[in-house]
Amino acid sequence: MILSQDTKLKISQAGTRYPKIRSAILPALHLAYEEHGFLNDQMYEQIAEVLGVKFIEVAEAASFYTMFPKAPRGRYLIQVCRNISCALMGSHHLTQYLLTKFGVKLGETTKDGLFTVVEVECLGSCCSAPMMQVNEKYFENLTQAKVDQLIAEWKAAK
Amino acid sequence: MEAAIGAQKRVLFEHIDDPNLHNIDRAIELGAYKAWAKVLKEIKREDLVQLVKDSGLRGRGGAGFPTGLKWSFVPQNSPKPKYLCCNADESEPGTCKDRVLMENDPHNVIEGVLIAARAIDCHIAFFYIRGEYDLSMRRIEKAISDAYARGFLGKNILGSGYDLELVLHRGGGAYICGEETALLSSLEGEKGLSRIKPPFPAVSGLYACPTVVNNVETLANLPRIVMRGAQWYAAMGTPKSTGTRIFSVSGHVKKPGNYELELGTPLRTLIYDFAGGILDDKKLKAVIPGGSSVPVLLPDQLDTPLDFESVQAAGSMLGSGAVIVMHEETCMVWVAELLAHFYMHESCGKCTPCRQGTGWLYEIVHRIEHGQGKPEDLATLEDLAHNIEGNTICALGDASAVPVLTTLRHFKDEYVHHIEHKTCKVKSNFRLRS
Ligand SMILES: Cc1cc2nc3c(=O)[nH]c(=O)nc-3n(C[C@H](O)[C@H](O)[C@H](O)COP(=O)(O)O)c2cc1C
Ligand code: SF4
Ligand code: FES
Repeated sequence: MILSQDTKLKISQAGTRYPKIRSAILPALHLAYEEHGFLNDQMYEQIAEVLGVKFIEVAEAASFYTMFPKAPRGRYLIQVCRNISCALMGSHHLTQYLLTKFGVKLGETTKDGLFTVVEVECLGSCCSAPMMQVNEKYFENLTQAKVDQLIAEWKAAK
Repeated sequence: MEAAIGAQKRVLFEHIDDPNLHNIDRAIELGAYKAWAKVLKEIKREDLVQLVKDSGLRGRGGAGFPTGLKWSFVPQNSPKPKYLCCNADESEPGTCKDRVLMENDPHNVIEGVLIAARAIDCHIAFFYIRGEYDLSMRRIEKAISDAYARGFLGKNILGSGYDLELVLHRGGGAYICGEETALLSSLEGEKGLSRIKPPFPAVSGLYACPTVVNNVETLANLPRIVMRGAQWYAAMGTPKSTGTRIFSVSGHVKKPGNYELELGTPLRTLIYDFAGGILDDKKLKAVIPGGSSVPVLLPDQLDTPLDFESVQAAGSMLGSGAVIVMHEETCMVWVAELLAHFYMHESCGKCTPCRQGTGWLYEIVHRIEHGQGKPEDLATLEDLAHNIEGNTICALGDASAVPVLTTLRHFKDEYVHHIEHKTCKVKSNFRLRS
């Protein structure tokens, strides 16, 4: 996977914002992830080259943070919060409901490439539980009807 | 006269319902950046630190350390640059207060960052924001660039000769990066591992330079304190816990939400008057008063005033101000399992007791919850939890022991029932509403 010139430029610009260039590794990972939706060793190499840091420094940071998957996922990455406030409001049923509806297991992507369901820890939306994050967006105070409607919309938008 | 304790007190939330507050023009109309101009033109740095000391403001990130005092630990004679980091990593389960401030009133938060930066004579500040917070991030990003455009940031700010840059840094979705030393590791481009203290960040923090890490809500208080004075602030709350606090109330209440109240307001008032009482009028079973890392309180402790000292005297902590309410149909072993999973998942892995212990705690509680517990498990759990507690670099290790130890202390019968009958005493079966 090749990072575009634009992404590379943004990465090197990120490097200028910090007193030490290594600080730009995390911003660089976000930029690469935004372009491709996942990260791999080849991208780490390119980031290392642009920033002038070691490959292992990039790989190490990337492995630590949960936001950077190493393989592509569905067009809609559905992250259901499994933590306490959401669990008290039925998030476990929400996860089960989604998995049954899509006929997949946790972490699997539907055959049409549209949906991947994963569980995540608290996303800071505890007062509007249960919630899920789909790609960037938060969906809160979920009910079965709301979930059905969202899925229908996403399927129609494909 | 100040209203009696127990009334809702809108200080940080003064304009929060204004839908355009995130817009710089509207924010300025409502008074934003006045305090910043005042700080630059009229207040000496030392006086600013004294003002915040006099206000009694204590950190809202968890530990409740006095803010002015923390600033005063930064050596001013050091030739090294000084750094300020705004901790916007908010990931303690139950906590969602900083997000409200960032999404709705970003300029107030930014203004707080600027004031704190000035107080320690910092010229590059960092805003470390939780990676998943998309809307917060966009609002803060826009607020920063608008603040630059109006001359509130950058070189020679408002003609004062003071320079300040503010860099937004997006986290990668790790709870541990909210811990101040892990946050600094993360900012330096490393894995978010906590560091042994001392040295404390005030002396040797970011890039080994003097550094202050302050929470979003802490910083958001500063513009008001500057404009209205230390006495005004100190008159709210209790003598040792001054001001207001944003409480995130979640779980089994009728009206979950973020409520700003004076410190010292009784827990009962928060749950019954503001959050509408218990969902479906069921019986209250337990309350976690300060985020998932603190011990539960029981229904007979509802009159506990919500201030740092009183909650501690009641055997818990005010922590992040997240109040998680559970009713009678909640299985406490299940709760312990959920939280044990969280700490296992979020341990940074640097110290052995935490890296190994959190996984082991989870494994045992999981086994008990799922009907495969053995009688000797309970002693092992206690032993294990006590062996993590106090033996780790950062407070995540201690936190991981808390849910297990306090549920064991107060609800041992449920653990025993699980082991004897291979099922819950009360089954948590919270369905998704239709
Ligand atoms: C595991 C762990 C996670 C933490 N997460 C946060 C957080 O998300 N936000 C925060 O402000 N403080 C968090 N803290 C507390 C910070 O280490 C630090 O005390 C705080 O940001 C200081 O700011 P204050 O003095 O304004 O409270 C955490 C602490 C620990 C041990
Ligand atoms: S206590 Fe846990 S999270 Fe904290 S430094 Fe040790 S291993 Fe990391
Ligand atoms: S517990 Fe689900 S968002 Fe916090």
